[in-house]
Amino acid sequence: MFEIQNLKYKDILDINILELESGKVFCLFGESGSGKSTLLKIFNGMLTPDEGVVRYKKEKITQLDPVELRKEVVMLGQDPVVFEGTVRDNLLAGLRFSGENEVTDQEMSSLLKELHLEKELDEDATKLSGGEQQRLAFGRVLLMNANVYLMDEPTSALDEGTETVVMDYFTKNIKKQNKTVIMVTHSKEISEKYSDRIIYMDEILTKVGVHHE
Amino acid sequence: MNEMLEITIWQLVSAYIFIVILLAIVRWRKIPREKEIVIATLRMTIQLVLVGYLLMFIFENEKMIYSLIVLTIMETFAVYNIFKRTKQKLSKDLKKIIALSMVSGTLFAFIYFDFVVVQFSPWYDPRYFIPIAGMLIGNSMTGITLGVSALVEGFTSRRKEVEAALMLGATPNKASQGIVNHAFDSAILPTINSMVGMGIVFLPGMMTGVILSGAGPLDAIKYQIAIMLGITGSVSLSVILFLYLGYKTFFNKYAQLKL
Repeated sequence: MFEIQNLKYKDILDINILELESGKVFCLFGESGSGKSTLLKIFNGMLTPDEGVVRYKKEKITQLDPVELRKEVVMLGQDPVVFEGTVRDNLLAGLRFSGENEVTDQEMSSLLKELHLEKELDEDATKLSGGEQQRLAFGRVLLMNANVYLMDEPTSALDEGTETVVMDYFTKNIKKQNKTVIMVTHSKEISEKYSDRIIYMDEILTKVGVHHE
Repeated sequence: MNEMLEITIWQLVSAYIFIVILLAIVRWRKIPREKEIVIATLRMTIQLVLVGYLLMFIFENEKMIYSLIVLTIMETFAVYNIFKRTKQKLSKDLKKIIALSMVSGTLFAFIYFDFVVVQFSPWYDPRYFIPIAGMLIGNSMTGITLGVSALVEGFTSRRKEVEAALMLGATPNKASQGIVNHAFDSAILPTINSMVGMGIVFLPGMMTGVILSGAGPLDAIKYQIAIMLGITGSVSLSVILFLYLGYKTFFNKYAQLKL
């Protein structure tokens, strides 16, 4: 799915080789400042490597249309973003951005239930708490029919119980549809419980030029 | 029609008493603004006297080239003024877009106004050409200035939103839609408000001028309505052009935010 050769990005990333197969759940694990988010952004085309080659489905990322790439390889950023409007507007935002068909209210309501987010679709999304906003942003991404899901600490604002509920639901659905997930996490338990493969940043990074904060 | 009353030089001098009063007040209240008031008064006087002589010369020597030179000076000054009045730092690309949209938006509206609405004769008749061009350009300048500030501010404060949208496959156009719409709104609002207050809250300068020059109020309002519509057209055209081209300068060829 993704192949990296001699990737360099500022003094943050320096990766000789890395290959990620499709249909699996990967966890990027490493201390803060080790370049996990940066790597996700490169896969998503939000950052362009200074040197080296990154391929998605055998094609160089820099040669793909970035917008088309991102429709297939969607990313959920570290800080949950809530757009102005209702819960419904927020859930539909991703589909509207990528031009996919909208889903029904019923489908949205049942998704909210699965995420333990008992909110009405007409509620003002900007009034939700931090944890609720994170689940809303999570739900927005789940509704999208993507190939790869890049998730940057998607459950950081959730308590352990809710985290388990959300992650169970997410991974179950992803596996069913044979999608790929690359997830950044600080939590060792999450990495071990849900991933098919843990990628330790300090193992893939070349020692020279590794950036520590 | 009545001829306009002539003001003698001594009558004019007597009007400066208002400035003397103002100076007395600030001195009495110890507000350190005397210098600025004197400079502003002097500048206003000198600038208007110069413009008066310049216009007299142009009106007496009705030539296309003079009208066009004045138009060019006004456009240049307007563009320069937008750069100066915007507090945020502007990229080179954005400056180019500002100049382009300011000039083409106002010119398009002005040409339509000149050839279709009022039909100046000849089309460069400086008595119409210069003041009307000035009004369209001046208002568009204010509009674009507001639009520029709102656009730059929007991209700075809502950066995360734009990025989140891009990450999900939004085109730069869709990702910045909210910011662009908000900027358009803030740029156009003063023009809409001035239409609402027109004639009730104030008699606009143009109408006052036409009435003072001896024309009847009904002729004056016809001009005022036409110019108000022209201004609205010119402002919206130049602002929408600016925003439509301007938002693109915030993205690179990989559809990444450049900030």
